[in-house]
Amino acid sequence: MTVMIDIADANKTFTMHLQGGIELPVVRGVTFQVQPGECVVLSGPSGAGKSSILKMIFGNYRCDSGRIGIRHRGMLIDLATAEPRQVLNVRRATIGYVSQFLRAVPRVATIDVVAEPLIVNGLSRADAQARAGELLHRLNIPERLWQLPPATFSGGEQQRVNIARGFISDLPILLLDEPTASLDAANRAVVVELVAEKKRQGVAMVAIVHDDEIRHLIADRIVDVTSFAAAA
Amino acid sequence: MADFDTLEADRPLLIADGLSKSYGRIAACRDVSFSLYPGEVLAIVGESGSGKSTLLQLLSGQLAASGGQVSYRMRDGVTRDLAALGEAERRLLFRTDWGFVHQDPAQGLRMAVSAGANVGERLMAVGWNHYGRIRESASDWLTRVEIDVARIDDAPRTYSGGMRQRLQIARNLVTGPRLVFMDEPTGGLDVSVQARLLDLLRNLVAELHLAVVIVTHDLAVARLLSHRVMVMKGGRVIETGLTDQVLDDPREPYTQLLVSSILPP
Repeated sequence: MTVMIDIADANKTFTMHLQGGIELPVVRGVTFQVQPGECVVLSGPSGAGKSSILKMIFGNYRCDSGRIGIRHRGMLIDLATAEPRQVLNVRRATIGYVSQFLRAVPRVATIDVVAEPLIVNGLSRADAQARAGELLHRLNIPERLWQLPPATFSGGEQQRVNIARGFISDLPILLLDEPTASLDAANRAVVVELVAEKKRQGVAMVAIVHDDEIRHLIADRIVDVTSFAAAA
Repeated sequence: MADFDTLEADRPLLIADGLSKSYGRIAACRDVSFSLYPGEVLAIVGESGSGKSTLLQLLSGQLAASGGQVSYRMRDGVTRDLAALGEAERRLLFRTDWGFVHQDPAQGLRMAVSAGANVGERLMAVGWNHYGRIRESASDWLTRVEIDVARIDDAPRTYSGGMRQRLQIARNLVTGPRLVFMDEPTGGLDVSVQARLLDLLRNLVAELHLAVVIVTHDLAVARLLSHRVMVMKGGRVIETGLTDQVLDDPREPYTQLLVSSILPP
C-alpha cells in the first residue's frame, strides 16, 4: 500500500515572546502513518496537542524539526520544509481540512461557500452548486437558507455548512477537527455515513472526535497523543 | 483554469533582489528579496514607517532603488530589469500589464471627467478607438464592480468613497493586467463598505488570476486576500510565509505583537 501521510519525529514548541520568551512545548516525536481508506483518530485529553498535530499536517503550524510527509500527485512531499506555493498546491489538490469553526466571508451565499473548493479546482459553477445542494440536503440545511450567507446561522447549522464544504471535494486526504461536536443525533449519523463513503473512495483521514460512540464508528485505528507529550 | 502546476505558473512574474532605499542616513528599505508568481497575492504588512509603502514604490518602478533590482517577466515572456526599461516601455507597462490601486481614489482617478471616460481612457491609451466598443467595455466593468450603469456619465466626485474605490479598480482592470499593486485599498472606508470591497476584490483576483502586491496594516485584509505575507519592521522583512501560518503561528516578537493586538470582532 502507498502511504498517504508519513509523519516522522515531528516537534513543535511555541516561543511566547510577549510573555518573556516562555517556551511552550506542544508535541515531541510525533510519528505515525495513514494509509488510503483509513481513518486514524487522535485521542488524548484537551491540551495534549491533537489540534496542533492536525494543523501541522495542514501546514498551518510550522514544525521545528521532523518530517510531515504527504503524498501529493504521486510524490511524497515534506510539508515541514515545503515552499509556501507548494503548500498551497497540496491544499488545493490533496489535503482538505474541516476546522471546528466556519470562517465565513461576508456576503457569500451558503451554496457558494460549499461549492467554492470545486470551482477552485476547475468545475463549472452550475455543477459545483448542484453537488453543494446535494450535500446541504443530506446535512438537513433547508433550501431556503442556501442563498443566505452562513454568518447568521446557528452554531450547528454553521458547522454543517463547514462539513459540507470540507466533504465536497474529491481530495485524497481529509483532516477532521471535531466534525460532530455540536450536531444532533441525526446529523451525526450523516457525518458517520460521509466518512464511510470517503473510506470506500480510498481517502486517508485523520480525525479528532471526543464522542466515544462516533469514535468507535469511524476509527480504524487510534493514535494516543499523550505518547507525544512534550513535557520533559 | 486553475492549474497552478503548469510551466507558465512556475516562472516568477516579478522578482525583487536585494532591494534597498536610503534617504541619506535613513534606510527606508533594506535588502528585500522575493519572487511573485502568476496568480499569487502577497501582502506586505507592518506599521506606519516600516517601509512597506517605500517598497511598493520601488517594486512598481516609481522610485529608484539605492541598491538591488526588480525584474519583471514581460508579456513576450522575457524577464527584464525594470531600471533598464525605457520611459516609454515603462509607461506602456503601467497602462497595460500593471495596475496600481491607491488608498485615495482621487489619486488614481480623474475626478472631473465621467466614470465611463475614466475607464475608457485606459483603453484608448492602448489604442482602442471605437467609441461604441469602449463604452460597452466601460459599462461591463462598471457592472462587474457593482456600479449602476446609469451612473456612467457622472463624474467620480459625485460618487461615494466606496464607489470611487470600485471605479478605480475597474479603471485598473479594464486592460487585463497580470499584476496589480494596491496601497491600503480599503484604508479610508467604513467597515461595511470595506467588507463589500474585500469580497469583490477577492472574487476578481481569483477569477482573473491576478498577481497582487498589497500593502496593508490590517491583518484581517491580509488574511482574506493574500496567499503569502511579508512582515516589515524598520525597513526590513522580519518574517515571511503562508498567510495563515504567519498569522496563526507567528515566530518573531514583533509579529506576535501585531497578531495579539487585533481586537476580537
